[in-house]
Amino acid sequence: MLSAEERREIEAEFEHYPDKRALTIDAMKIVQKHRGWVSDEALKDISELLGVSVSELDSVATFYNLIFRKPVGRHVIMVCDSISCWTMGYDRVRDHLMNRLGVKMGETTPDGRFTLLPIVCLGTCDHAPAMLVDEDLHRDLDPEKIDSILEQYK
Amino acid sequence: MEKVLTKDVQADHSALDIKRYELAGGYQGVRKALKMAPNDVVEVVKQSGLRGRGGAGFPTGLKWSFVPRGANAPHPKYLCCNADEMEPGTFKDRLLMEETPHQLIEGMICAAYAIEADVAYIFLRGEYFLSAERLRKALAEAYEHNYLGKNILGSGYNLEMHLHLSGGRYMCGEETGLLNALEGKRANPRTKPPFPQISGLFGKPTIVQNVETLCNVHHIIKNGPDWFKGLSKSEDGGTKLYGASGKVKRPGVWELPMGTTIREILEEHAGGMKEGLKFRGLLPGGASTDFLVEEHLDLKMDFTEVQKAGSRMGTGTMIVMDDRTCPVGFVKNLEHFFAQESCGWCTPCWSGLSWAENMLQSIEGGQGQESDLDRLAFICRMAAPGNTFCALAPGAVEPLQSALNYFREDFERHIHEKRCPWR
Repeated sequence: MLSAEERREIEAEFEHYPDKRALTIDAMKIVQKHRGWVSDEALKDISELLGVSVSELDSVATFYNLIFRKPVGRHVIMVCDSISCWTMGYDRVRDHLMNRLGVKMGETTPDGRFTLLPIVCLGTCDHAPAMLVDEDLHRDLDPEKIDSILEQYK
Repeated sequence: MEKVLTKDVQADHSALDIKRYELAGGYQGVRKALKMAPNDVVEVVKQSGLRGRGGAGFPTGLKWSFVPRGANAPHPKYLCCNADEMEPGTFKDRLLMEETPHQLIEGMICAAYAIEADVAYIFLRGEYFLSAERLRKALAEAYEHNYLGKNILGSGYNLEMHLHLSGGRYMCGEETGLLNALEGKRANPRTKPPFPQISGLFGKPTIVQNVETLCNVHHIIKNGPDWFKGLSKSEDGGTKLYGASGKVKRPGVWELPMGTTIREILEEHAGGMKEGLKFRGLLPGGASTDFLVEEHLDLKMDFTEVQKAGSRMGTGTMIVMDDRTCPVGFVKNLEHFFAQESCGWCTPCWSGLSWAENMLQSIEGGQGQESDLDRLAFICRMAAPGNTFCALAPGAVEPLQSALNYFREDFERHIHEKRCPWR
């Protein structure tokens, strides 16, 4: 069941588009904002609300980088692995994060605190290397800086 | 030199609210445009020679002139701002959206008025949270002050403008992929024709323009085409946001006259290479442009000159490669990006790019063979324009084909020494 709030937020977008089927991505992102990810059950509920088949919704969900079809940790770290960050030390940043968190890319820490994912260019190449933690952009990263950043997310 | 797009950028990187924006001359372009006939707005932009800043450099006014206008035109018509800045190495539109959100909205209102659009969307990268926050606030202010909504400033013109945050995929930056994404579908490219100007979003006439392009429009209306041409040092008018990233002393983004030389951007603005490093080459405008090397540094950065050297200005934000960075690893990183972001729609792209990535991986790891270089060149030919559905694969092989040309001995060293000489 979609919560009343989720439904209200999705329906508030209806008037921005001539066809409510256009809201597949927005609807999944709204659900994900509340629950962290988009479950099979949520897909079914969104499917009924928008009149889009579950399989079509899933084909959309799996196309996009920012829609999670599996549970993630309380905080999602997305590390830029594109060219400017790679040039400026992405490997070091990735290895440090993997060591500190004890997980590989794509995994969640056993305490459910962090999920570690790669992401493409974050458009902040003059401050490479960079990563997003939830909605916060962190730039000019080095191992010490990463340690203090991680402390901010409980 | 005159700053146009960045003149309102504040030292503390805050964005001007609507009151301060108006005091700084903001929304005068909209006021002037609304007193002109839409056709005349198109004409002024045409005369200015403004070319699209998203990478392709298509003449903006010409694009608008393809949209059916007048009493018999289909409605609603749409304007979409392509704010899906995702070309690796590109970080210019972020600055405009975070620090000058009203400038984008003003440019969009003028562009929408010119093509008689009813609805405008800003298609924003899902990861650009600060841009989203500032654009939302600016949109609300613009509605409050009746620059958006019904009967704008008493002109009789109506325009709704909405912000859409992307689900995240490079393909959304492709014009027709963006339209599919806005319709809630996978961002696969569409067959052209019909072109979006005739049949685009929800089957209606649609214009898609990059952020920086739109930010220029009201300045042109306010100051005229001759002023715009006079800003430039080249045939292509206006200023340009240029950038540099990689191991230069001062990476950054700067608004400079269009046609500033690569050397000036690299040496004066970016401060040259970091201590102890030598310049090897650069991608002039994002990951999907051909390498340029030492001999090209005195070229003007504009659409025409860079193209003559076999590359493209692209987004104008250059990625610099130094002598301590392995060219094979560099290109492998790029091809990994393109192989991953391929939508899977056509074979040269989904098959060719992952094949190229795998080969580059084995060359970098010391398991490459001499014949791999021929196979890489073959993939570059297969993914050339005309063989693929959209521009992703042709763009993807631009840095690869030029690396095979300029850095061939580095590829060969990996193969002969059976290891990466940079490790």
